[in-house]
Amino acid sequence: MKKLESSLTNMLAVLTVIAVVAGSVLAYVNSVTAPQIEKIKADNLAAGIKAVMGSDQIQVAEPQEVDGFKAYAITDASAQSLGTAIETTENGFGGPLKVLVGFDTEGTILGYTVLEHAETPGLGAKAEEWFQDKIVGKNPGRCNFTVSKDGGEIDAITASTITSRAFLLAIQRAYDKLKESQDGQTGATQQVQN
Amino acid sequence: MKVLLNGIIKENPTFVLLLGMCPTLGTTSSAINGMSMGLATMAVLIVSNLIISLIKKLVPDMVRIPSYIVVIASLVTVLQMLIKAYAPDVDKSLGLFIPLIVVNCIILGRAEAFAAKNNPLASIFDGIGIGIGFTIALTCLGAARELLGTGAIFGHTLWGESYGMLMFVLAPGAFLALGYLIVVFNKIFR
Repeated sequence: MKKLESSLTNMLAVLTVIAVVAGSVLAYVNSVTAPQIEKIKADNLAAGIKAVMGSDQIQVAEPQEVDGFKAYAITDASAQSLGTAIETTENGFGGPLKVLVGFDTEGTILGYTVLEHAETPGLGAKAEEWFQDKIVGKNPGRCNFTVSKDGGEIDAITASTITSRAFLLAIQRAYDKLKESQDGQTGATQQVQN
Repeated sequence: MKVLLNGIIKENPTFVLLLGMCPTLGTTSSAINGMSMGLATMAVLIVSNLIISLIKKLVPDMVRIPSYIVVIASLVTVLQMLIKAYAPDVDKSLGLFIPLIVVNCIILGRAEAFAAKNNPLASIFDGIGIGIGFTIALTCLGAARELLGTGAIFGHTLWGESYGMLMFVLAPGAFLALGYLIVVFNKIFR
């Protein structure tokens, strides 16, 4: 068979056919994999919430979205409030840094997990383990929640100050949001009582 | 067999042709990352070589580059969706670099230089050979950088992180390590 000539009709036909075939293949694979990808994301989130709250016996309420933060109110089996898990995003060194952090009702950090990040492997990517023993049990309202270089109380990851700053800022902001919503609620109840 | 070895030694894409430097330097911060990237590239390369060698007569010369790019880009997107769905761990460490396979010049280079001139079977073997060569190169580079940078290899600690030279995990170390590996490779095989 001879090679097709580069005439206008030939080129148009070939490019159209290739585009249509490629498009259909992509659409098909997408339809097959999309549910699986969604499932993995949901599983990750569920496992993450359990991990950051430090308990398996929890009920997770539907998320409430406030200004880009997603808050999951957590209760135990008898509907007693255990605290809140908050999804928070900040710009890290390599891209968005998405952290899920669990607070108890006082605002003390129960745990955290990094959901998505694009930090440097071997440096900023260590955030997942690095802060576990450094921030868990602390309350961002009661201590200076910044890296020690900025006068704070938390040791930054060696050679990854930007990631550390972003990480702490993300949690600080989540805490601020939590306090804001709590104050709003208690304010409302007080008014009713008065 | 000759085609296979050609890709691994004589025309090793990384050490001899110096193609695809972006993923080479970007993904090899650890041995396992380098290896996964090599394998992902190999998968795309084999299939793209096969498809392009099958359609080479049907594609007019003047539109061959756009046609090849569409084929390659579709394959990479399919691969990315499959990895996301069935290998979430790989996606976590390499997700960012997978789309870059599209613009990896090894793939387009082999499509142009080999698949567009040879039969499908030879093209598959060329894909396997170049793919293995690329994988070996990336794994070596990743292993060297991981060992020097963090004192571990494939995640197994050998002498502890405190003795690691952090530079080797970062970009400058990538250039240095690659340079020395090219020296070693050419010393042995030339």
